[in-house]
Amino acid sequence: MTNTSTVRLPKGPGSKPNMFRSFARSFGVIWSNKKARIGVIILAVFVLAAIFGPLVAPYGATVNTFPRSANGSAEHWLGTTAAGEDVFSQLIYGARISVLVGVVAGGLATVVAVVIGLGWGYLRGFVSDTINFIVNLFLVIPALPLMIVIATYLQNGGITVIIVVIVITGWAWGARVLRSQTQSLRGRDFVIAARFSGDSAPRIIFREILPNMISIIASSFFGAATAAILAEAGLEFLGLGDSSIVSWGTMLYWAQNSSALLTGQWVLLFAPGLCIALLAMSLTLINFGVDVISNPRLRETGSRRRRGPKGTPTPTDQAGGDADRQFNEATEGADNVDVDVDVREVQQ
Amino acid sequence: MSEAVSDASVGPREGKYRAPILSSSLRYWLSKVGLFLLTLWAAVTLNFILPRLMPGSPADAAIAKLSQSGPVSAATKHAIEAQLGVPSGNIWQQYIEYLHQVVTLNFGVSYTFFPESVESLVMRALPYTITLVGITTIVAFIVGTLLGASAAWRRGTWRDTVPTLTGSFLSTFPYFWVALLLLFFLGYVAHLFPTSGAYAPTVEPNLSFSFFGDAIYHAILPAVTLFVTSLGGWILGMRNAMINTLGDDYITFAEANGLKGRTVALRYAARNAILPNLTGFGLALGGVVGGSILVEQVFGYPGVGYLLFNAVINQDFPLMQALFLMITLSVLVANFLVDILYGILDPRTHR
Repeated sequence: MTNTSTVRLPKGPGSKPNMFRSFARSFGVIWSNKKARIGVIILAVFVLAAIFGPLVAPYGATVNTFPRSANGSAEHWLGTTAAGEDVFSQLIYGARISVLVGVVAGGLATVVAVVIGLGWGYLRGFVSDTINFIVNLFLVIPALPLMIVIATYLQNGGITVIIVVIVITGWAWGARVLRSQTQSLRGRDFVIAARFSGDSAPRIIFREILPNMISIIASSFFGAATAAILAEAGLEFLGLGDSSIVSWGTMLYWAQNSSALLTGQWVLLFAPGLCIALLAMSLTLINFGVDVISNPRLRETGSRRRRGPKGTPTPTDQAGGDADRQFNEATEGADNVDVDVDVREVQQ
Repeated sequence: MSEAVSDASVGPREGKYRAPILSSSLRYWLSKVGLFLLTLWAAVTLNFILPRLMPGSPADAAIAKLSQSGPVSAATKHAIEAQLGVPSGNIWQQYIEYLHQVVTLNFGVSYTFFPESVESLVMRALPYTITLVGITTIVAFIVGTLLGASAAWRRGTWRDTVPTLTGSFLSTFPYFWVALLLLFFLGYVAHLFPTSGAYAPTVEPNLSFSFFGDAIYHAILPAVTLFVTSLGGWILGMRNAMINTLGDDYITFAEANGLKGRTVALRYAARNAILPNLTGFGLALGGVVGGSILVEQVFGYPGVGYLLFNAVINQDFPLMQALFLMITLSVLVANFLVDILYGILDPRTHR
């Protein structure tokens, strides 16, 4: 955060913000947050492992020609499973499923949340009331039991079924957060101007309002991806997915079913779970940084008492730029956007 | 949360002024009740539609299972269909019949635990779940909220970073993983705690002290798992809400008036910041009835979650449908009560 904050480009009606530059600036804000930086690094490791898995892994994930239930050794760093597969290789391949589920299920849930949330917040009358009802229904139905019940009815589904189930149960929260943001942006001058100049509702929603909500959308994407990864692992662990694929959830499933608890191979339990936890944590940590973009009050200014008196912004207050200030006002209008995301986990 | 559910966060700031037909407060409560009834109906109906949307039927699944061990005669097939109460008649008749079942709480006979009725199975599982999950939820809420408040107040010090980081770290742990680790290290390796069940297999459930002691002993590991994994949410929720509150002018004003730090923190900031956490708490209490499927499964704890798991694994559709309905309705009712409470605690929502 050096000069980027002080340089202010005049924004004429025709000039569009440079996508790359604003992305780089957002990344800079995230990177400057210590927690988020750790998250980015952890996430990068897992994504690289997922992409280059076959190159990095010492063996194939389903090669089961090794000695069974062996402890760690030079050939098999983390030992082998009860079926004679290399645990370390399985861990690396397992990253693919989790990253895939996080990106696809989290992404799809966010897309649904954006379309519904923005429409819900912008439109009035019957449409809004109907959406309100549907979202409330999805919000109150407990997600995990619903997932389990749907997954059971769609018997023996593969990863696609799991993703579908996660998307069905996972979009409502983001929609609700995005809606309250939309509502507070709805009365802004630029939206009213667009309405008076005759723009259609979809155009106003997606071309005028949406670009101002990127950080909230990013935040709900990371939240949805975290929930998706945890849900996928949970369903696989219960044996409700395709137990023949190699994922961290199925590794735990097989570990429990092959009584690794009794044979004392704790690595089989420890390693996959740790990977799930680390991946989920990296996304949560990144969200700390994203939250700071959308709600500067959360910015790490140190102790509350060290803040300057009102009216004399501290250096970090200045760093945000226009977009941030807009978000700050928007966030004050809506109640505690960031809080909602946290309470959700309690319900599982 | 519930202000979302209740549509109340919008408030009167938005929208044009309309001449009130009813007083706005009465209209608020009426719309709440109306929405609740509508959601109730929708949830009950969803539970009816869901199995009928899915490929195959419970009877098909049962017959497929049987046919693995030999050919199934037409008579057997008919018997299974009759036993499982395979619906006859058109969809409306089925729906009326289903609604009648729901109202009279008659969910028929479990298919896995034949000939036990669904009702008796649920009744046996409920006390374990409610005690275990209920107490853990309450304790986690109190401890987490207090830690969160102190973190926000002492922002930037170790009293903030330690609980916040530990909390966010712990809340990303998969429940079942924590459960497995505790079970392995404290149960199997150290032999400190029993590894399965709600009481020792040699004991019959009764009202003696020794039985309660045994039951508590068996509940410790599941309780620790639930506590550890749910604590983070409360800490972070309270901390973030309170940081927002602490930025408000009235806090600055209270401090400028020279009020004691503790008074400002607890009576001014925490009191207002607790609302979102309180909503979450209400919903969590509603969720108590559902138990915790993952944790109960790992510990073989005979609660509602474990029952649902068994129903799911054995494709026991009557049991599954009843459990899902019960879990949904309890959350729904809790949500409604929280909404009402929220309206009382924060009158701005229906001004």
